[in-house]
Amino acid sequence: MNTEEQPIDDALSQLDDASPIDDRSQDDDASPIDDVPNTEPSNAAPLIDVTNLSIDFDGNCILSGITRSITRGQTVAVIGESGCGKTVFMKTLVALLTPTTGTVLFDGVDLNQLTPAQLAQTRRRFGFVFQNAALFDSMNIFDNVAFPIRQNEPTTSEDEVRQRVRKHLVEVGLPEDVARKYPAEISGGMQKRVGLARALVLQPELIVYDEPTTGLDPIMSDVINELILHTRRLYPVTSVVVTHDMHTARKVADRVMMFYPRRMLDEGQSQILFDGPPSQLENADDRRVRQFVRGEAGDRIREMSRAMA
Amino acid sequence: MSGDTSSIDRQSSPDAFGGAKSRLPQSLQAWIMQWGTAVVDGISSIGDIAYFTWQMFGWMFTRLPRRGTMMINFYQVGVLSLPVVALTGTFIGMVLAVQSYYQFQAIGLESRLGVVINTSLVRELGPVLAATMLAGRVGGAMAAVLGTMRVTEQIDALTTMGADPIHYLVVPRFLACLLLIPALTVMADFMGIVGGYFYSVIVLGIDRAAYLHHSREGVVGFDLFSGIFKSFFFGGIIAVVSCYRGFNCQPGAEGVGKAATAAFVYSFVLILAIDLFLNIVLDSIYFMIYPEGTTLF
Repeated sequence: MNTEEQPIDDALSQLDDASPIDDRSQDDDASPIDDVPNTEPSNAAPLIDVTNLSIDFDGNCILSGITRSITRGQTVAVIGESGCGKTVFMKTLVALLTPTTGTVLFDGVDLNQLTPAQLAQTRRRFGFVFQNAALFDSMNIFDNVAFPIRQNEPTTSEDEVRQRVRKHLVEVGLPEDVARKYPAEISGGMQKRVGLARALVLQPELIVYDEPTTGLDPIMSDVINELILHTRRLYPVTSVVVTHDMHTARKVADRVMMFYPRRMLDEGQSQILFDGPPSQLENADDRRVRQFVRGEAGDRIREMSRAMA
Repeated sequence: MSGDTSSIDRQSSPDAFGGAKSRLPQSLQAWIMQWGTAVVDGISSIGDIAYFTWQMFGWMFTRLPRRGTMMINFYQVGVLSLPVVALTGTFIGMVLAVQSYYQFQAIGLESRLGVVINTSLVRELGPVLAATMLAGRVGGAMAAVLGTMRVTEQIDALTTMGADPIHYLVVPRFLACLLLIPALTVMADFMGIVGGYFYSVIVLGIDRAAYLHHSREGVVGFDLFSGIFKSFFFGGIIAVVSCYRGFNCQPGAEGVGKAATAAFVYSFVLILAIDLFLNIVLDSIYFMIYPEGTTLF
């Protein structure tokens, strides 16, 4: 358990020293980015461009007619209740799922038109932090974090691999001795931090977080939020954070998209109920957004019954 | 006649199709739907497993996995299976001696017991037993490991890090099963022969020289070849079926359990089916090469 009480503060302060960027975490609502609606025209070309995306599973429509773009450097929180398709959307962005219709462009390239080799090459530019970390059970922590380097940069010397792994473990506030342990021997919070270190080790352009704080205690959840912010300060990274934790959405994101389950909507209604800065969530026009943000069930039980009928 | 006319009238009426549909008993409709779904699912699964195998062979002939990844699988499939295969082979050799002795003694041919034991082992029981043990020990474990990796998103994690899961996870397991099952078969054969000899000569007191003489005469090189030849197919089938079941595991602990069970059951049934087919083919070849054949007498 000593490892759980690691000098995270030390690690974070090292990162603070290294980063000249403002500390948004000091004041959740004070971010200058929060006030800039992402829908405004931007000079930067979008890193991700989704057009008319639809996904069906066995005839069940999960996503329909999604058209959005994400600009370089943005941190986008995708929120919504369970089953609304936010994880499916996120997996489609990194080509883990193939769209039924529509296109997903990453840096102008349609991922679904690439050959397997080209896709593998492109995926080096992604980092993916899984909900339950998805660390390889058969490898220790060091080998888990080293895996992307060994897989994608086979000529890298073992000395360099060691240095890079150590650097990224320190960045997420983990001590060196944890490197020898196996995933089953460390806590859920530490596993998530290892997952983040593994996602960062190739310095990706896009990091996708799947419910990064789910199942963690409030303190560890905030540690993960801080790490997401620090990562953004250290690296010029675009982030997509799928979450239903409103604290996380408000704290880390400069843009929030709220999805709604397709089955509860009428034909032609947009599945994205809200797309804007987190500061406007409370005053959203759609009452379902306000209810979600406040955690109020509202008419959901009646809607769910109607959808099941 | 009137009945016929009304039938034709109904068929030619605008709602004739609906009428025809409703005339089918509901139980029959359900039966047709059930079988139709099963046939479509079956064909779809065959296509799916064929594509899975095709992708695996594609990787095998373009880029092999790293030596370290291969060695771990070779160790788990080959070295760790050796004791259990050897033990099974020994007992089967002895069981064959026990079962056959009194039948042969009754007709005064107990000295030829070795021919029966050794031929059965080398041609049939050695390869099939080694494959069965491998399907149980390794196939079930492969499906469970890969199924757990699927359920816990480790396979997705591999993909996002630029590694192809079939190249990284399936190819080493396939090669380990394919290349090491002949060695396990030889071990099962050898230990079965030793077990049969021990029980026949040491316990039952059959004349040693006669036992060895008849054994040597009765077992030919083709018998050993056919057993080892078949084992390659068994090893390949175990790996493909087990990895496929693991990759297509349903969510949850129950899904992993079902994948492991299905891996063993399907592997075992396919081993026996392929064994039958290959025996027919190999026997045809054998009698082409040796028209006289070899007999017990």
